Amino acid sequence: MNSIIEHYCGEHAAIKDQLPGASLNWLNASRDVALATFEEKGFPDLKIEDWKYTDVRPIEKRLFKLAQKANHPIDAATINTCLCKDMACHLMVFVDGRYSQNLSDPGSSAGLVAIKDLRTALTEDADVLEANLGKIADASKSGFSALNMALMNDGAYIHIADNASLELPIHLMFFSSGKEQTITSQARILIMAGAGSQAKVIESYHSVTDNVYFNNITTEIKTGENASIEHYKLQQENNKAFHIATLQVDQAKDSTFTSFSISMGARIARNDINAWMGDEGATCNLYGLYITEGRQHSDFHTRIDHVKPHCNSSEFYKGILDGHSRAVFNGQVHIYPDAQKSAAEQGNNNLLLSRNAEVDTKPQLEIHADDVTASHGATVGQLDDDMMFYLRSRGIDYNSAQALLVYGFAHDIVEKMTIESLRYYLEVALVKRIPNVGQLSELVEKHPRFL
Amino acid sequence: MIEIKNLHVSTDGKEILKGLSLSVDAGEVHAIMGPNGSGKSTLSYVLSGREGYTVTSGSVAYEGKNLLEMEADERACEGIFLAFQYPVEIPGVNSSYFLKAAVNAKRKYRGEPEMNAMEFMKLIKEKMQIVEMKQELLARSVNEGFSGGEKKRNEVFQMAVLEPRLAILDETDSGLDIDALRIVASGVNALRNEERSMIVVTHYQRLLDYIQPDYVHVLADGVIIKSGDRKLALELEKKGYSWLDKSA
Repeated sequence: MNSIIEHYCGEHAAIKDQLPGASLNWLNASRDVALATFEEKGFPDLKIEDWKYTDVRPIEKRLFKLAQKANHPIDAATINTCLCKDMACHLMVFVDGRYSQNLSDPGSSAGLVAIKDLRTALTEDADVLEANLGKIADASKSGFSALNMALMNDGAYIHIADNASLELPIHLMFFSSGKEQTITSQARILIMAGAGSQAKVIESYHSVTDNVYFNNITTEIKTGENASIEHYKLQQENNKAFHIATLQVDQAKDSTFTSFSISMGARIARNDINAWMGDEGATCNLYGLYITEGRQHSDFHTRIDHVKPHCNSSEFYKGILDGHSRAVFNGQVHIYPDAQKSAAEQGNNNLLLSRNAEVDTKPQLEIHADDVTASHGATVGQLDDDMMFYLRSRGIDYNSAQALLVYGFAHDIVEKMTIESLRYYLEVALVKRIPNVGQLSELVEKHPRFL
Repeated sequence: MIEIKNLHVSTDGKEILKGLSLSVDAGEVHAIMGPNGSGKSTLSYVLSGREGYTVTSGSVAYEGKNLLEMEADERACEGIFLAFQYPVEIPGVNSSYFLKAAVNAKRKYRGEPEMNAMEFMKLIKEKMQIVEMKQELLARSVNEGFSGGEKKRNEVFQMAVLEPRLAILDETDSGLDIDALRIVASGVNALRNEERSMIVVTHYQRLLDYIQPDYVHVLADGVIIKSGDRKLALELEKKGYSWLDKSA
């Protein structure tokens, strides 16, 4: 038996009685099936088409352990530096993948039926969870999804009431404490949005130290009819971290789902984002930005299923690569035979700042209906000469013009975000990642926001 | 102000300007007219420092300095401004960030302190009135989604903010309807003064009804074949460029 399979099966055996919902037969059965899948598959290798550009062997070299409880070497001040300072929100904080009640402030709202950690939810809302947990995302898709299902040891359950319009965003923050080395977090997030509801949810991932750790996260979202949900994900982990995540959305009739996924950190970051538009009139918008340097590797695999007629999807991803870094973008759009009057557009633009950086981009449109509009485009290149000249003709020097354009390239995605304080936080974070940034940082930080 | 002598310029291995000479003094407005392909845009780009043009002979002295040795941004800081025929859209770069960066680059070059937020705001608000520029455009990315008229207004607005000594207006009238043309031209006229020179490059006489030049030059096949005052432009309008080919 492969040593990682042995290791993680051992982890499961050792803690299965303490896992959330350990007394629930249906959950134990699901965990057992998933564990069997993991035993069969292990971690994906390069021979598997979906993983052919992402080598996960570095994650196999270490035997990561689940954290027993939330350690608390993180103080409120640290949280503040990683948070959009003045952003009021429903806050849930996780440390090493474990919910920290002390650091959290979920608050309450008439529109929030539930905002609970997974353990509590499995005690108090077992029926809803039985019907939905693990039913939206496919645990057999890869060894990672199976492992998360088998081991999920914490997470969040959020339920938004029918027709509720949440005033404040929900923010789920994940920290690695760095207290112990080689921790793995196997968190699971379930978001149920009632019919006609509107809400914004942020997932953010941060490191407190440079220690290596492994996050394997699954997020499941179900939108009710005519609901409108915005999901923001910000991954800002240290350059040794491993980050594997799946986001699966199940969209009802006339619902709108918008995803922003920003990946700036981690040694290996793999995000699978899948939207299932199983009924008419749904809209799905996927936006993403990856910024890599050094030896970082970022991989986005997205898939949008247009199952029924009159659904729209638009997807725009941008990448900025420096150093010896590598990025992968794979955008699948499937339009089913029944899905007439579908509209799908997709774009992926990459900026290479170094000759040693490499990107593999693959749009993949499979269209089985005839009355649809679909477009896609992918570019890989350097900065635009016309734009450079325009800026320089106004007196802006070469390095500053370059910094401004790199910033602008990324900001094009950020400016679409509707949470102002998050946008500002990201603008400042972006500037820190731009080479030869010069006066740009001052420009961004001190510029009057009068307009 | 600027003295162009026997300028020969090639791009992509093809000679475009073939011995152009032109002298512009402070406060003067010179119109350069000519058919398509005569070298008008090349002249604008060479003077503003765009890469991709090779000067094979000749010289350009700007306020006594060798202009051709300067980078594009250095020329801008020295007071040269190009109003683009096709202003470039720059997604993601906020218009007011961009302008503030430009204003402060110029001030830094001259050894002046940078403008603070309050001063900058005051400057912007004052200059916006010159071209009736809508404030909301400044909250957007540079030129992105602007109409043709808004883009040209934005060029003149930037010119007002940056206060150049020599402004080169490249086909500023192209793509403008009559109302937009009137606003843009009155903006340009408001910026005319005894110190500031302008080179107005245009295909059509129409613009010169609004921005009245002191001198008119006709450019054909890379050289100036005729110079005169405003009347020359009117004559051209009546007789067309072919009239000059014959007389030249």
